[in-house]
Amino acid sequence: MKTSDIIHETYTALLSNKVRTGLTMLGIIIGIGSVIAMVAIGQGAQGTIQSNIQSLGANLIQVTPGSQGGPGSQVSQGRGTARTLTYDDAQAVAGELSLIQAVSAELSSRYQVVGKGTNTNTTVMGATPAYPSVRNVSIAEGSFISNQNLRSLSKVAVLGPTARDDLFGKGASAIGQTIRINGIQFKVIGVTVAKGGSGFQNQDDMIFIPLTSAQKFLAGANYVSTIAAQAVSSDAMSQAQTDITYLLLDRHKISDPASADFSILNQNDIVATASSVTQTFTILLAAVAGISLVVGGIGIMNMMLTTVTERTREIGLRKAIGAKRADINRQFLVEAIVITLVGGLIGVALGAAVSWGLTAFGIIQTKVSIGSIFLAFGVSAAIGIVFGYYPARRAGALNPIEALRYE
Amino acid sequence: MIDVKNITKIYKTGDIEFQALRGVSFTIKDGEFVAIMGPSGSGKSTLMHILGCLDTPTAGTYFLDGKDVSTLSDDELADVRREKIGFVFQSFNLLPRTTVLRNTMLPLMYSGIDEEERKKKAVKALTATGMTDSHYHHLSNQLSGGQIQRVAISRALVNDPSLILADEPTGNLDTKTGDIVLGTFQKLNEELGRTIILITHEPDVAEHADRIIYIRDGQIVEDGRAHSKRKARHHA
Ligand SMILES: Nc1ncnc2c1ncn2[C@@H]1O[C@H](COP(=O)(O)OP(=O)(O)OP(=O)(O)O)[C@@H](O)[C@H]1O
Ligand SMILES: [Mg+2]
Repeated sequence: MKTSDIIHETYTALLSNKVRTGLTMLGIIIGIGSVIAMVAIGQGAQGTIQSNIQSLGANLIQVTPGSQGGPGSQVSQGRGTARTLTYDDAQAVAGELSLIQAVSAELSSRYQVVGKGTNTNTTVMGATPAYPSVRNVSIAEGSFISNQNLRSLSKVAVLGPTARDDLFGKGASAIGQTIRINGIQFKVIGVTVAKGGSGFQNQDDMIFIPLTSAQKFLAGANYVSTIAAQAVSSDAMSQAQTDITYLLLDRHKISDPASADFSILNQNDIVATASSVTQTFTILLAAVAGISLVVGGIGIMNMMLTTVTERTREIGLRKAIGAKRADINRQFLVEAIVITLVGGLIGVALGAAVSWGLTAFGIIQTKVSIGSIFLAFGVSAAIGIVFGYYPARRAGALNPIEALRYE
Repeated sequence: MIDVKNITKIYKTGDIEFQALRGVSFTIKDGEFVAIMGPSGSGKSTLMHILGCLDTPTAGTYFLDGKDVSTLSDDELADVRREKIGFVFQSFNLLPRTTVLRNTMLPLMYSGIDEEERKKKAVKALTATGMTDSHYHHLSNQLSGGQIQRVAISRALVNDPSLILADEPTGNLDTKTGDIVLGTFQKLNEELGRTIILITHEPDVAEHADRIIYIRDGQIVEDGRAHSKRKARHHA
């Protein structure tokens, strides 16, 4: 049997029964396509969440007031509502620790804010001039809060783009206008650059005012709700975290770290936690995809096996007119390989196209992984080849009359 | 040369055994033209399959050209079928969804003959059964019963076998087409010395042969010279 004959036989066999070929391929296409798309979604989500966390600022260590609980601690107040952290604490962290390069002291709370006739309920962030660099925010127009504003308790505000849209209309100029936060007038001096409204805190929908003004006019107390300290490097973070812990324990005159009146969160930990969450998510999606691969596989198996009756007669006939077992095996192997290969390539293209489409239409971030392609391709190729080839091989071992009589 | 001794064939279906052949013995010399006759279910096709190396007997020996067929491997049997034997099945067995030409050429593909040569031989074999080129590209399911039969016969002739086994080759043919086919067999037998064994229910057809074997219930009941038409023709 010549190679050209094998090609011709395969071609006619596949084309002469288009429905059978099509359905078999469909199983492969769906199986492979869904695995690739699902894993791409999972990995894309992982990447998105990680970059979201990073976009909130690099190498951050976040200190929030409130005890971590533990034996002998006083009645625990909800995190962030306790009033144990002060601006002085923040300045001490900034001034005394060499591993910390910048510190943002923050006091945030939600208030009703009135703009030009419209009003909205949003987060008002008492911030210091260090905020933009620590929290990775830039100014689109005007300026951010200055040290001068901070010292003189200025009633000035910097708007996030979403807050600006809500208060003054989409894209309207807000600089120089006034807003009322909790009934107190503030003058808008700047607008920040949009960062995309996802992540844990939506910085686009915020209003920034001087920390001191927030303390005096809104909270009426001298505390901060968050100290965000930026370490000099990623490697220095755990040491910096320890340094901050001891500095604050010392300042708060607490000897037992277990009864600290603040909690401290390292950004690497947040990333790790989020990663493990998205990892689970990816595994879940992969499991769903795996199931569709199995279903697709059973489809392939089914198609290959149901055609065995017809094919067994064909094999009997071919043997009767002089085909050797090797001729039969080779023909059916090539057929199974071509079916799985073509179906597989279409499946990969489809999976990649779906992933690309989801990203392009901004539905969800995706990332096609080579591993998933190999896995999906491998599994369906194995199923296709085993179930396309094995029954043919068995039929080839029958004598021609047995094969011709097969029912 | 065909030499069968004491061939039996037992079919087992579950617990039920059926003895289709009960000790059949005969020899057929090269160049003989033999007809096998007998009632339906008497075991003619069963015997033919064994002679064609398509099935194996339950007991007994079969020597083909001096070789014990039971000692041949699967691949050696394939070689014998491809090189020596042309088999016409009672149920034709054409490849579905395949053209007349391709069906006829199929045995040649496994012989590794090149495409040009295959076509030439196929056309020759198809012509020998009265198939015209208007039907060469019809698919096997677009043919009449008689055409299917003629393609099946052409396929058996295409590799120019020394032994032609035909299971009721003229069953579906009108007298005229039947005569074309029988004429072809006779020509192959007389001019090229091919051995021909055919099964038939029609005495007319059997008369083309120079020997008729009668089978009943898996046994040979008569084996003798035919009052051959051709002998008469020869003498004339
Ligand atoms: N695969 C099989 N399993 C069981 N019994 C079988 C099988 N093949 C044939 N037989 C039986 O063997 C007997 C002989 O069958 P065979 O096909 O040889 O008959 P035949 O002489 O060719 O008949 P016909 O003239 O009708 O074609 C029949 O009774 C049939 O039922
Ligand atoms: Mg029969």
